[in-house]
Amino acid sequence: MTGLVKRVIPCLDVDKGRVVKGVRFVDIVDAGDPVEIARAYDAQGADELVFLDITASSEGRATMVHVVEQVAAQVFIPLTVGGGIREVTDIRRMLNAGADKVAINTAAIAHPDFVRVAAERFGSQCIVVAIDAKRVAGPGDAPAWEIFTHGGRKPTGIDAVDWARRMAALGAGEILLTSMDRDGTRDGYDLELTAAVGAAVGVPVIASGGVGELRHLAEGILEGRADAVLAASIFHYGEHTVQDAKRYLAGRGIPVRL
Amino acid sequence: MTTVAVIDYGMGNIRSVSKALEYVGGDAQIEVSYDPERILRADHVVFPGVGALRDCMSELQRLELDDVIGECARTRPFLGICLGMQALMDFSEENGGTPGLGIVPGRVARFPGGAPGAEPLKIPHMGWNRVHQARPHALWEGIAQDDYFYFVHSYYVAPRDAAVTAATTDYGVSFAAALARGNIFAVQFHPEKSQQAGLKLLANFLAWDGGA
Repeated sequence: MTGLVKRVIPCLDVDKGRVVKGVRFVDIVDAGDPVEIARAYDAQGADELVFLDITASSEGRATMVHVVEQVAAQVFIPLTVGGGIREVTDIRRMLNAGADKVAINTAAIAHPDFVRVAAERFGSQCIVVAIDAKRVAGPGDAPAWEIFTHGGRKPTGIDAVDWARRMAALGAGEILLTSMDRDGTRDGYDLELTAAVGAAVGVPVIASGGVGELRHLAEGILEGRADAVLAASIFHYGEHTVQDAKRYLAGRGIPVRL
Repeated sequence: MTTVAVIDYGMGNIRSVSKALEYVGGDAQIEVSYDPERILRADHVVFPGVGALRDCMSELQRLELDDVIGECARTRPFLGICLGMQALMDFSEENGGTPGLGIVPGRVARFPGGAPGAEPLKIPHMGWNRVHQARPHALWEGIAQDDYFYFVHSYYVAPRDAAVTAATTDYGVSFAAALARGNIFAVQFHPEKSQQAGLKLLANFLAWDGGA
């Protein structure tokens, strides 16, 4: 018996302190202002927010700290920050700014032990490991996925399901799982991938990559067995509010916070 | 003017807690501190924290805050949050057995991870869950029965005296989501991350005189 609900998480890509592509829903004066957008999602009933810092330069990345500080002073739901988290000092800086969790991606591949050190120092609850996975199995083979870095261009030879299991064992408190095949396609999550990772780990899994319609969110939970569903464009472009999404999920019999 | 000390012993999202208190605090003075003298001067004391209890206890002892917390928990409105709730108990199963501050009789246990035969529950218990108020209290003022709060934890509190349970939540087991005894209130969830309901609870705490 549990009253725990499934979470709906809007994701914002931030470059040099500005939300990339902007948003197009109502009541936003500045479509690139992360603070204003975060407040709007909070008002719509978002369960958490994820900020991915895609800034290339380290100077630009310092502005992310200010963004997090401003958001955390006004928005009182959990905030996860990913992108450029490579050292313990990066984590401390983001937590001190008001983030609740950090998402570690490339640095975990380069130094898996970083995840263990981070979880021991800050607690598993604030260490999210982000995994970008692509299907690699040939026709007729059992499904398999490999981890890719650099926006899906660079293969690592690492099996995604094994990796998720290993990261959870090292102390990751949550897995943010993105299908590189589906990301940007609006064809829905890779449900087989989501279910395979969910079955392999005892920590929550956030499904990501490919949402184009509300039914994709429901599929991620019902078929992918995800604990939380992340989406960007369907919320940014005003097609649906977070509240629309949660009402839809409730209508499909999925427990949500309304 | 009310002064509020948020005890900072280097663990967890202390800034999130102080920012939420500042947001609802009006002219209350919010101070994040590990200085025993400053903490003992405050009217209200908040004891937050996330992470492992063993690390928490060793940091509290190193900073000589264990007795300070005991003193505050006897004498003024006191709010424990998450690890700051668990640390009030006698004993935790964490790390093969860790003694707590022993301010509230009871223990801290690990989630069983679901009933036998049922689908296993994920640990940590992470996300929004319903909080069922077991009895009226000043800190529940204006908060709906069974409202949602945000949780992140792998262990839960089992008080010896069930009468101190102020709220319960279901996650495989029904556990104490809040404790209340005299001037002490403690919550397993994160009011600083629980949107309107959480902000209301913090505002209620700032307005509370510590009476039951």
